[in-house]
Amino acid sequence: MSEFAVEALNIVRTFKDGEVRALDDVTLRVPQGEVFGLLGPNGSGKTTMVRILSTILTPTSGVALVNGIDVVKHPNRVRRSIGLAGQYATVDENLTGFENLRMIGSLNHLEKSVVVPRSRELLEQFGLSDAASRTTKTYSGGMRRRLDLAAALVAKPPLLFLDEPTTGLDPQSRQDLWAIIEGLVEEGTTVLLTTQYLEEADRLAKQLVVLDHGKIIAEGTSQELKTQLGNTVLVLTFTTSADAERGAALIRDVAAKPANVDGTVVELTVAKGPAAAAEAIRRLDVEKITIAGLILREPSLDDVFLDLTGHKAEDVTSDAGAPGVGRAAQKVGP
Amino acid sequence: MSSVTTPTTTMVTRSSRSSLRWAVSDVLTMARRNLLAIVRIPTALVFTIIQPIMFVLLFRYVFGGVIKVPDGAYVNFLIPGILVQTTIFGAVGTAIGLAEDLQRGLIERFRALPMARMAVLAGRTVSDLVRNVVVLIVITVVGIAVGFRPHGGVPDYIAGCLIMLLFAYCVSWGFAFIGLAAPNSETAQAISFPVIFPITFASAIFVPVSSMPGWLQPFAYHQPVSEVADAVRALMLGTPVGDSVWTSIVWSLGAIAVLGPLATARYRRAA
Repeated sequence: MSEFAVEALNIVRTFKDGEVRALDDVTLRVPQGEVFGLLGPNGSGKTTMVRILSTILTPTSGVALVNGIDVVKHPNRVRRSIGLAGQYATVDENLTGFENLRMIGSLNHLEKSVVVPRSRELLEQFGLSDAASRTTKTYSGGMRRRLDLAAALVAKPPLLFLDEPTTGLDPQSRQDLWAIIEGLVEEGTTVLLTTQYLEEADRLAKQLVVLDHGKIIAEGTSQELKTQLGNTVLVLTFTTSADAERGAALIRDVAAKPANVDGTVVELTVAKGPAAAAEAIRRLDVEKITIAGLILREPSLDDVFLDLTGHKAEDVTSDAGAPGVGRAAQKVGP
Repeated sequence: MSSVTTPTTTMVTRSSRSSLRWAVSDVLTMARRNLLAIVRIPTALVFTIIQPIMFVLLFRYVFGGVIKVPDGAYVNFLIPGILVQTTIFGAVGTAIGLAEDLQRGLIERFRALPMARMAVLAGRTVSDLVRNVVVLIVITVVGIAVGFRPHGGVPDYIAGCLIMLLFAYCVSWGFAFIGLAAPNSETAQAISFPVIFPITFASAIFVPVSSMPGWLQPFAYHQPVSEVADAVRALMLGTPVGDSVWTSIVWSLGAIAVLGPLATARYRRAA
């Protein structure tokens, strides 16, 4: 088996006769046996990448190898070694949990004698045994996602694509899914995860690629991405937004990069936290501007994202949690 | 975990069955799933079984009194027609089902599986066929209960059913195309009805074409649904079939030759 579970080289995918470039020269190398995160807001090209790697779409140009197999030349061989789950890959509402797994198992060309015990085992493992003989119409959002993930695992694929697996889930269900994903990786499964949640990427992914408008804008471990940004974030809160504007102008040169002003809150990325904070306080005091709050913190992936794209990840995607919204947008393309 | 470079999970062993046998298995798996949906969605069941029975009762007892047919009782004219109408109406379920699968992302999941590509559409049309067989039996029984007396004999009755099933199967591919082309199931349904209404009602299904206004007769007389209705009726009632049987078969094969590739091409582009 090749060193990489996924090698995608210079992938370009255009829609509408080249008017929309969903992916613009993206190169990815996903090592075996770990979680690789594809991070970005809606429309950044994450899902298009997953659809290409899972043989649903063909790239306009570029070469993609999955487990060493070319996705365009041998799609059926690729399909035998992957599992796909997430917000778009769904379960059949009119079938029970068990029937869903059995269907996916037989469509994976597993013998009945394998499919039935395997389905039971997965239902047990994902806490769905009690609901196994109920139609999935009656399932909660969290149960559906777990079943969806179970369906992707019926054939025990060495590589799993999880396309925004927790989008729209409540915090508890999200935690549950994270634990399941971590367990799979411990057993040796490679996971390519797309997410718009920075927290999720930070928690699960060893290596990350940040996509925006179809281009890679950053890559590395989450620690590397944070370091790349600067050492510390200085957060100052003022009593009025007018004060915040004046204050930001005064302390502008303390940071290497422009300050981010959001209402009464000013954020600065600084190299030396305490010294920068002292300098800021001194200058603001001279001008008699009241500081309501001051925090020094390590940068989060949110800061990285803001720094890289100039917009906040969550702001862009505030409507992405609603089911169907992303899909409707996707459908426009092909 | 960083030391793990190759997956320790082993893939479940796949059987060495031939690809043709797996393709058949895939079609049956998909067909079974579609049939389970009909049984489990109350509206689908009503649409499939109850609605045709309502049509039988409506035309037999409400409209039947004023409809004059050239020879024999109207009920004998009606039931073969209702059978044809039901199988065509049923094909709308294909359009709705496929549009829903597409909308919910199920087609997307199927496309990432090593299953036979054609199994999604073939499974749909095969489940339609099975459903039509059930409906034929139900309507035949209900028909006999309300006075339907087919005098053509059992072999010809079955031959009539087969001609109808063949035509309905071919029509299913057209509705599969509609389902794949529509943005959602509501639109699929909305597009389907303007297609099926003229071909079922402006036909020899419910009334003799000779009773229609002159401008409508050429269409009603020559369109495929009338040919099929005439063939089925003649076989079931034991009257001369003329060339309607052969015309029906030619229409059916012609329809699938056009609609099959159309739906398949649309499926490749969809999702």
